[in-house]
Formats: sequence, C-alpha cells, structure tokens
Amino acid sequence: MKKYWKSIEEKDKQPGFDDGEKMNESQKDFFGETGKDLSSGNNVTRRDFLKVCGYSVTAVTLVASCEAPVNKAIPFLIRPEEVISGVANYYASSYVDGNDYCSILVKTREGRPIKIEGNIKSSVTKGGTTARVQASILSLYDESERLKGPLHKKNKTTWEHIDEIVTPLLLSVNAQSGKIVILSSTIISPSTKKVYEDFVKTYPNTRIVYYDAISASAMLMANKNSFGQMVIPGYRFECAEIIVSFGADFLGTWLSPIEFTRQYVQNRKLDGKKNMSRHIQFETGLSLTGGNADERFPIKPSEEGMILINLYNELLKFSGTSAESVPTSPDNIKLLARDLWAARSKSLVLSGSNDVSIQTLVNAINVLLGNYGKTIDLSVPLYIKQGIDKDMEDLVRDMEESNIDVLIINNVNPAYDYPEADKFVNGLRNLKLSISFSGTMDETTSLVNYVCPDNHYLESWNDAEPKKGFFSLVQPAINRLFDTRASQESLLRWAGKDIGFFDYIQQHWENNIYPLQNEFTAKESGFRQFWIKSLQNGVFEVPSAPSAEIQHEFNVSIVQPAINKIVNQKIEAGEFELQLYENIALGNGKQANNPWLQELPDPISKVCWDNYVSISPRHAAETGLDNGDMVVVSSNLERIELPVLLQPGQAYKTISIPLGYGRENAGKVGNNVGKNAFRFCKIKYGNIQYNNSINLIKTGEKHLLALTQTHHSMEGRPIVRETTLDKYIINPSSGNEMHEKQQKGAVSLYNAPVHVGYHWGLSIDLNACTGCGACIIACQAENNIPVIGKEEVRKRRIMHWMRIDRYYSDSVDNPQVYQIPIMCQHCDNAPCENVCPVAATMHSYEGLNHMTYNRCIGTRYCMTNCPYKVRRFNWYAYTEATKFDSYLNSDFGRMVLNPDVVVRSRGVVEKCSLCVQRIQESKAKAKLENRLLADDEIKPACMQSCPAKAITFGNLNNKNSNVSKKFEDKRNYHLLEEIHVLPSVGYLLKVRNQPNGRT
Amino acid sequence: MYNTEIRGPLITGDKTFHQVTEDICHPIDRKPGYWWYFVLLLCLGALVYGSWALKITVKDGIGSWGLNNSVSWGWGIINFVWWIGIGHAGTAFSIFLLILEQKWRTSINRAAELMTVVAVICAVHFPILHIGRLWDGFFIFPYPNTRGPLWLNFNSPLFWDVIAIFAYFVASSLFWYVGMIPDLATIRDRTTSKIKKAIYGFFSFGWVGSSQDWLRLETLNWLIGGLIAALVVSVHSIVALDFATSILPGWHSTIFPPYFVVGAILSGFAMVITLMIIIRKIYKLNDYITDSHLNAICKILIFISLIMGTAYATEIFIAWYSDNEYEMFTFFHNRVTGDYNKAFWVMILSNAILPQLFWFKKIRKNLTIVFIISICINIGMWFERYVIVVTSLTKDFFPSNWTDYSPTGVEVGLFVGTFGFFILCILLFFRYLPMISIHEVKGVLKYKINK
Repeated sequence: MKKYWKSIEEKDKQPGFDDGEKMNESQKDFFGETGKDLSSGNNVTRRDFLKVCGYSVTAVTLVASCEAPVNKAIPFLIRPEEVISGVANYYASSYVDGNDYCSILVKTREGRPIKIEGNIKSSVTKGGTTARVQASILSLYDESERLKGPLHKKNKTTWEHIDEIVTPLLLSVNAQSGKIVILSSTIISPSTKKVYEDFVKTYPNTRIVYYDAISASAMLMANKNSFGQMVIPGYRFECAEIIVSFGADFLGTWLSPIEFTRQYVQNRKLDGKKNMSRHIQFETGLSLTGGNADERFPIKPSEEGMILINLYNELLKFSGTSAESVPTSPDNIKLLARDLWAARSKSLVLSGSNDVSIQTLVNAINVLLGNYGKTIDLSVPLYIKQGIDKDMEDLVRDMEESNIDVLIINNVNPAYDYPEADKFVNGLRNLKLSISFSGTMDETTSLVNYVCPDNHYLESWNDAEPKKGFFSLVQPAINRLFDTRASQESLLRWAGKDIGFFDYIQQHWENNIYPLQNEFTAKESGFRQFWIKSLQNGVFEVPSAPSAEIQHEFNVSIVQPAINKIVNQKIEAGEFELQLYENIALGNGKQANNPWLQELPDPISKVCWDNYVSISPRHAAETGLDNGDMVVVSSNLERIELPVLLQPGQAYKTISIPLGYGRENAGKVGNNVGKNAFRFCKIKYGNIQYNNSINLIKTGEKHLLALTQTHHSMEGRPIVRETTLDKYIINPSSGNEMHEKQQKGAVSLYNAPVHVGYHWGLSIDLNACTGCGACIIACQAENNIPVIGKEEVRKRRIMHWMRIDRYYSDSVDNPQVYQIPIMCQHCDNAPCENVCPVAATMHSYEGLNHMTYNRCIGTRYCMTNCPYKVRRFNWYAYTEATKFDSYLNSDFGRMVLNPDVVVRSRGVVEKCSLCVQRIQESKAKAKLENRLLADDEIKPACMQSCPAKAITFGNLNNKNSNVSKKFEDKRNYHLLEEIHVLPSVGYLLKVRNQPNGRT
Repeated sequence: MYNTEIRGPLITGDKTFHQVTEDICHPIDRKPGYWWYFVLLLCLGALVYGSWALKITVKDGIGSWGLNNSVSWGWGIINFVWWIGIGHAGTAFSIFLLILEQKWRTSINRAAELMTVVAVICAVHFPILHIGRLWDGFFIFPYPNTRGPLWLNFNSPLFWDVIAIFAYFVASSLFWYVGMIPDLATIRDRTTSKIKKAIYGFFSFGWVGSSQDWLRLETLNWLIGGLIAALVVSVHSIVALDFATSILPGWHSTIFPPYFVVGAILSGFAMVITLMIIIRKIYKLNDYITDSHLNAICKILIFISLIMGTAYATEIFIAWYSDNEYEMFTFFHNRVTGDYNKAFWVMILSNAILPQLFWFKKIRKNLTIVFIISICINIGMWFERYVIVVTSLTKDFFPSNWTDYSPTGVEVGLFVGTFGFFILCILLFFRYLPMISIHEVKGVLKYKINK
C-alpha cells in the first residue's frame, strides 16, 4: 500500500509530529496523563473525547441506576439479653383510657408491640379483654394522626420552650390568685392523682374537674345521698340469681364490662350444674345485654322511673310495709317483684340511668332486697367513673364568665362530647392559657394554645386502681415513637418537682402500696422484690378480708322525694323519645380513628362504619320508613341527618342513636363517619341525660348502610339450637335431638379420618358467649386481617375470619336474640379441600384445614363449596393499595403486623387457621422441653381474648382434655352435621332460663 | 336409513360443481357490503369495552366485579358455561351427524364448527380472568416443577375442566381446520392475487387433490371425529361436575352431567339456527341451507327441549322428594318463587315451552319466528346458568350469609367483549373462508345427480 503523507515532517518522521505514537501513548495512559492533557485542554483527539465521554456516561448511568433501596437490617452487635429474634416477649401492663380498664399482656416481637392479650393474673379482668382493648394497639402506630411533638398554636416547638413559657405563666397566674383548672378524665391511677395533688400544692388555686363523656355522675350522687359515700359500688353478678337491669348494658359498655361478663357467665355456664341465673332486662334500644337476657321488656326511657316505683311498691308490700299508691307502670311487674322477693339477697337490680332519683330508687330496692354486702359491695368500690357533671357544668359557666385563667386538659374532648360544647368552646377563648395533653389533634386540642402530647399508653409508665385494693401497673413496651412526654411528667415539671414519673410511681408504691402487703418484708430489698413481682404480674391485689359484714346505713328519707321527683317529671314536647348510647366498638368516640373498631360490626345491628337511627319495625311500617332512609332528627336546638335502621326489639315510638361518631378531628379514618349525637344529650336534673325528645322527618334520600348481615331469621334451620332450663333439667339433651339422630344415623362409605397424635378441636359455649366481639378484633390483630372500608363492607366482602352471626326469633317487637360465633369449622371431611385444583387447601394430620396462600390462585371454588361461607377472598390488594388507606400501606401501620402470619396478597383466599402459628409455637416449645403439651397450653387468639371464656380449644384425641369433655356434653352439636362434613368445632346449645308459662 | 327420495334434494337449484364453487366463494372474491363494515365497527366497539373491562380486572382485581363473600362465582362462571354450551353444539352437530351418516349436515357443519372454536375461545377467557392470581394461573397445569415436587389435586373437577376444555378446543379446531383444507386449496387455485395465493397456499398445506390426499383426509376426519365424539360428551359433563360435586343445594345433583350436555346441545343448536338464518339471508345461500335443513334442526330442538323440561321437572321433584330443607328452600323459595323467580320462569319458558311450538309445521316454516325462538333459547339458556349459579350461592345454608348479587359494568364489559370477539371472528370467517364446505357439498350434490 502506498504511503500518503500530509507534510514533509510527517514523511520524515520528525519528533513531535508522530501522531501514531502519541495515540498509543494516550491509550496506554488513559487514566493518567491523558486526563491531565484533557484538563489542560490541549491535544484532545476525537477518539479520546469519545472514549472519555463514553466512559463517563456509562459510569454515571451505572452509578445512577444502581441505587438500590437500602434496607436497614442491622444485626445487634451485642444482643440484648431479652431479645431473641423470632421469639415473642410479653410484658404485663394495663390498658387505661379514661373509663376503660383492662389488665393486659403486651406481646412484643423484635421490640415492637404486636398484640394485646388478657392478663389472667388480674382478678378483675381475669384474662378477658374487649374489642376496644384489643384494638388499642393499632392507635400506637397511628402515625398520620398522632402528634409528633409539642405544639404552640399549631406550630412545632420544643419541650424546653414549652416549659420556659408555661411554668412562669402558671406562677404568675397563681401569684395573682388566678384560677387554674385541670380538666381530666377519670383518673384511676393513684400516682397520677398524687401528681395532681402535688400540682395543687404548688399552685393552690388549682381546681381539678373530672369529666366523663359517658357519665355515671348520678350514681355517685345517689350513693352519696343514700350511704354517704360518693362511690360506685362493686358488683358480684356471680352471686345473683336474678338480675334485673334497667338499661344498664353491663355486658357491653356499662362501667366494667369485662369483669361483669366474667361474673355473669359463671352463673350462665352449665358445666355439670343444673341451675343458672335469670336475667331480665328493661331497655329502650336492643343492647348486647338485652340480647342475652332471658326476658326483655322494651320500654321508653321515660317509663323507667315509673316501673321502678311500682317495683319498689310491690316489694314494700312483700316486706310488710304499707305500700304507697302510685300510678301504675305500663308493665305488670307483680310477678317480677315476687321472684325478686323470693331471691332476696341473691338478686341484683341495676340501672344505667344518669338520673339521681332513679339511682336512689334502685339503691332503695337493693336495700329492701338485702343485696348490699351480698351482690353489691360498697366496701370495694369501682373507681372507673369519678366525673361529677355538676363540676363540669360549673367549670363551663366559669369559663364563659372568664373566671378561669388556665385550663389544662387531660384525656378529655369536651368540644366534641360535651352536651353544651358551644359554651365550652366559647369559654376556651376567655382563657389566658390552655394546654392539652392529647396525643392527637382532636376537636378540643385544636382549640388550645399549647399541646403537650402524652405518650401512648404502650409507651408509658403508669399505674391504676380500677377497684379498691386492686392495683395494676402500666409499663412501656416500646420506646417513645415520637417526641412525646407523659402528662404526669409535664405536670411534675411545671410543679417544680425534678423527678421522672417512673421514679415517682416507685416512690408512691413504696410509700403507700408496699405497706399493704406482707409477702415481701426484707428491709433492704423488700420493695425491689415487691416491685419486680408486681411488674411481672402486672397487678398487685391487696389480700383483704371478705367485707360482706360491713353494713352501710341507708338513708331512707331520700326515697320519697325521689319518687315524687320521678312522678312529677314531665316529658318534653317532641314526637319520639330518643335514647343515646355508647356502642361496643367506639364507646365515647375516643378511638374513632381506629379502623379495626370502625369495621367491627355492632353485635346487634351488624352495622359498621356508621351510626344510625334505630326505630322499631312497627313504627317504621306506620311512618313509611325503611332501612337506609335518611331522616332529620331534630330537637329544640339541634338537628342532624342520619339513616334509619329497622331494629327489632326497639321500644315502640322510641329511637336510639349510638354516640361516638361524627368526629371532625379524629383523623383520616374516623373523620365524618356518622354524625355526632352527643349534641342531643342534655343537662337535666343536675346531670347529663342520655335521652331527649325529638322529631323525625324523612328527607327522601337513601343511604346504604354497611351491614354484614342482612337476613335475620334462621328460617327454622337448626343453626343455634336452644332449650329452656326446665327442659334441660329433665333431659340434658333436650333441644339437641338432631345431634343424637345424626350420631346414630351417620354412615359413610369411606373410612373415618384418622388423626395421629393431635386432633385439634374447638368448642364454643353458646350460653357463655355474649357476642361482644372481642374475639373478632383479637383475631384481626393476630392474623393480620386487613380492613377494607365502608364501600367494601357494603359489598359484603368483610375480611374477618371470625364473625358472630346474630339471629332473631319470635316477634319483631321483642325478639329473642341469638349470637353464634362462626369461624372455619375445620371439617374432617372438608368440602373445600377436594375441589381446589391446585391443592392450596389441605387437611393436616392433626385435623386442621390448612390454607397455603402462595399456592392459591384464587379460583374461589373452595368459597362456593364452603357451607359455612367462612372463607375470605382478597378481592383487591387490601394490604397494599392506596385505595385502602387505613394503616396497612404505611410503614408505621405495618409495624403492628404479626411476623408469624403471612400477609396475604391480592387474589388469595384466606380463612381461620385456628391460630396454627400458636399451635406450632407451643408444640415446638414442648418438644424442646421434652414434655407433652399441657391441655390448656395453646390458646387461639379468640379464646385468649374472650372475657366470658366461652371458647375451649384442645386435643380431641385426649379424652380427658377440656374440649373432649365439652364434645361429650349432651348439649354439644355441630353446625350442619347433617351434611356430614364432620366439623372439628362444636357448639354447646343455648339454654334460656325462661320458666314455662311466663312471658 | 337416509333416503333422498322422501327428503327431497339436499341442495336445491340444480347446481353444477362449478356453480357450487362460485356460489360459496362469492363472498370471498368480492368486497363485502356496507353492513359488514358497520357490524365490524360495532364489534370493535364491543371489543374496546371488553378490553377496558379486561384491563380493570387484571390491574385492580376481581374486586371490580360484583362478587362478594357468599356469591364468589357470578357472571364469570355463568358466561363461561354459556359459551361452552354454545361451543358444544357445532362439533356435536358435525360429529353425531357424521357418525349417523346424515348427509344434510354438509352445508351447515363448517359454520357450526367455527362457532364451536370461537365460542370455546370466548369461554376460556372467563375462567382465566376469574382467577384471583392470573399470574400464577399456570399452577393449574400438571407439569414437573420446582415448587416442591408439587402436583395438583386430581380430585378437583376444576382441573378436569382444564383438561377437558383444552382437549376439546384442540380437537375441535383440528377437525374444523382439517375439513377446510381442500376448500382452502380451491380458493388458492381460483384466486388471482399473489398474496392471497401465497397465504391460502400456505394454509392448504400443499393439497393437490390426489386420491391419496382424499384418502388421508377422510381417515383423519374419521379419526378425529371418533375422538371428539367422546370429548363432546365429556366437556360439558365435566363442566357440570364443577357444580354436581359440590355440596351446595341446587348444585349437588347427579342429574347435572346429562342435563348440562343436553342443555348445551339446545343452546348450540339454537345458535346454529340463528347463524344459518343470517347466512341464508345475507348471502342468499337458500339453495344450500334449505328450508328442510332448518326444519330438521327445529325438529331436533323439540326433542331436546323436551329433555330439558323433563330435567327441570326432575330437579324440582327430587328436591321435594328428598325432603331436604335446604334443597326445598333453594328450589321452591328461591327459584320457583322468591327473589330470582323471574330468571327461573324465563328459563322455563324459553327452554322448555317455546321450542314446543316447533310441533307446528307453520311455525317451523316461518323463519322469523324460528329466528326469534332461537334467540329466546339462547337467552333462556343463559338464564339457566344464572339460576343455577346465583340462586344457589345467594341463599345457601346460613341465612346470615344471604346476599344479593348484581354484576358491575366490568363484568358486563367482559361479556360484551366476548360477544364482540365472537361476531368479529364470524365476520372474518364470512369474508375470508368458505362458510360452507365446498367439497362435502359437492359430495352430496353428486349423490343426488347419480340417483
């Protein structure tokens, strides 16, 4: 090839002109010299430029695209002694929220609380819980609504700043003898009360006002008048043969439902016994307690007093005292009086009314029946409710009149739930300083100057004394998630005490509670041992002597004025009588932002995500109202629009509305769900009355209620089988004839299934189950069951693995109510198993019906073929989609998930597993310890949470296990046993104590 | 046996072989009329709606359907069974008449078989889309896999379904296609367009029409035919077993397999009539699809409808006779009376009563009425599946689970979409393929000439 040259120099290869050589060099030192050359801008060849360009673009692309998300899974360098990955730790604590108390165990996994369990060591709650207790764990992780730190006029600030401003302000107000008020919910914590006292010592002008949204003020007042003690007595339902309740929903919401349920069912269970208590309920709307009653009388709220007077009168006749002539009540209560008189000192009469006269009369009746010291115990009072409505009324008036300078609000929300909330809100404007300890920006908190968010109870130290002598500790199960501070700590700091609240509690316990016991007496270490023991147990109970002997003098002279007052009460103008009540799920509305509770169907109406107007079907037929019709409910002052629900058992011409809904500042879940009915409460006879007179006007609009059950009759099918006590005594298998027939007639071509080792079974005592729904939420928490929202519930897609079916029988005006919890029945001949094409649901050797989520492709064949319809389908990506924005799509919310249970994806069928993760855990534990499983060792979440202990779980292969014994009971039957699916869940049929020939 | 003397000629109009070819290939040679484009547009509209529904179903989930915890099978399954029923008839028609040596089938079987293939394609959309985790749908096939050594549940009728439908689809399409090869070759030989020649040439597999070709074709036809004869019975029996093996009142019934097969034949034959009347009308093929053809199908329908009526009556009788309260409730309170009684009576009227009008020759001769009744039967058969699926699920054992069910726009969209697809395929068939089997008709023609 010919060589062409550009210049003579090139041709002659003179130094400095050798391009080829230079190129080679630059290639050699690509990262070195050439770089320098480039930066100097000289001798940049086209190829170099392209090379560098290519390199840098590639490098940048690589670096930019390789930014993988950093998952911080940092192992412990030194593992804390108590944390073993994959093993749960339980901390004994207490759930204390105003009027709710429950002794609990907090299950934590890898440092985060994931589940609340009942604490068996407490003799108040005995391991029982309620739905609200179970759900309270979710509010810990309510990241979107919990306050992240102190606020000054809604702006972020620091605790130092708050303390710098508040303390001098308080001092100056105090110096000018200005008024300081602590407005607090009922405080059952002795240490907190002490903190209040210390605060008052520093600021003597401080007044403490206890305010309960759902108040028992009348009861406190009545007891003060009757016995000179302003207390709520302790009750012993287990000692009562006849329980007569006037509107007190003691199994659901009244005072201490966990305790009462436990006591109540002791006399309702028939384990080997042949007697049970009789329960008569007079009430307006059908409550959970009314549904469980043997006899129920729907009455108007205004009739309650008159019936009580008649009852009192009849009892007086029996006692030989001359009876007074009073107007007769609408119901003939002669027979009731006779039965009560026969069961003297073994009966119990209660009223949920907040009218002092009525409560006085109830006291008089109980005195007449000799129930004090027997079924009612004044010496062990309940401290659950301490609010006196008069105090609050005075406070609001003072605030309006600018007589208050500083208001410190703790755990109450009067701007939402006080009947005269407007006055309260006006009063707030007249304050020099207002402080709220609320952990969320609720209606009241959004109006105050300073917000000093309190810890969540699972992050706090605290103590509690729900009942005299029954102490309980609250310990943190997790470090504070946000920059919050215990309210007590704030108060102590402002009171000038330089002590942490934890030390303060210890001091208080050492000085006041430690001396109450004599188990630990060592001088040096005695308290420490006592403290550790109490902390470990969660409770400390004063071993007190039986107090039945103590007699309390009853002030008889107050009865006649009370009767006169009741007789003279005039019913206000208004078409209908309205009853307002707290429902099981939301109570007073404090936890309205809890999606679990919002989605818990009401045990009676089966409505969730709404409040509504219950009217009686007869009334509805007359006025042309139907389910879902919107009506305007109006009193003199207020009007709200709500949908109608036809509620069988609702007293004729009355309506009932649940409280706790219609929050405006609850959070993204609870805002504007339903309407606020607290506005209809009124202050009358010195107390807040939860009834009113109202008018109803149909608007013509329709609203679709989120109902989980729409058909209420059993259609004569043997679903809940029942008998009466009389028949049961004669024949223990009465009402269960079908079961015997099935047992005899059951023939199969196939061999009976054999279970090696264990055969798990579950038994539910329908006499004990009240239908409260604690199990539903416990199951939801344990098994990571998603919340799906109102729209999806309306489409009948609720995900709860455990549901409680409620049926009515007899008349629509006053039906019998049946509650039956239904979960997967774990059939030994399961229809779902043989139809799944991909073998995603299989039978285990231990009789469990397993569901393998990652094998399931979602044909839903199993769902159609399940006769119980307990299988649930993930219609949408409930656990991820932004459409279902409650908690599962946030990192905080997901902290509540149980790591032992798979979170199901879209398109997968799920159902009750009988808490197989718990079974496996216990089995593994027993194996490690080289022992057999104890009978009661495994407790599925539903069983653990049940306040009535209606559920028994165990090994059916062991003939001595509790569950086997229940299966042998004459009352035992299986649902749909006639189709031979061989369920592993048994039910003990319902026995009602209805004497024959009585109505 | 067969006798044309009594029956009259199968093909009227004294056609020559050439005329037959010309008549049948006529639509392929020419541009279609405006109506064709108009219907095409409608189909595309339906397909767009269907695609939207498909997108929502796949993207958001089955939640976009109207199903709930109790009624977890709805329109998806109804439409699936309905389409399978339609798809049943074409092949049943060909096979049984082939086996019975009924020569009159020749002018109808091609279209009927196409109907089968397309209807089965429409049908399989539903079970596929209806599963919750579409992306894991392949779990249902038995193949060696890495998921454990995880096999399937061979007890599940749903798995039998997969096999039955897959086999049926493959066999039906083969049968249809194989029968079409000589005709494709005819078009190849006639066409002047190079592109068409290439395409039809490819699909006719080099058919030359030698005796050996014919021999092999006949053998293959008989072989597949014999195989399909069994599949025809099995496919819908197995679909019926989906219901029959379950324990739900109204499903749990041994009568289901024959009842479903007969029901499928009823709906399929009705669809054949519908289609034939349309073809006759549009393409003026009265000489090939003669009155006597339609007359014969109508007579068959009388018989099938009688069986259906008997099946309905038997079901109700057994429910009563069993004295099982759940069965009694389902039939007497939720079908004959109750919330869904309209659907039930539409079903009875359309499937058991209306076809009985075919006893009258006047009605059989009046194609307008025949057409209307055939449409009614198809609606009635849809309602039959609706009654079975919905009434049993909405109100089963526990009243607490009782719900209502109504479909959403997405479910309707999928159904409309499959309709669009069905009609689109038929339009394309009209346009590009010989809608009557040329070589078989010629066979029959010759028969007549040689009498």
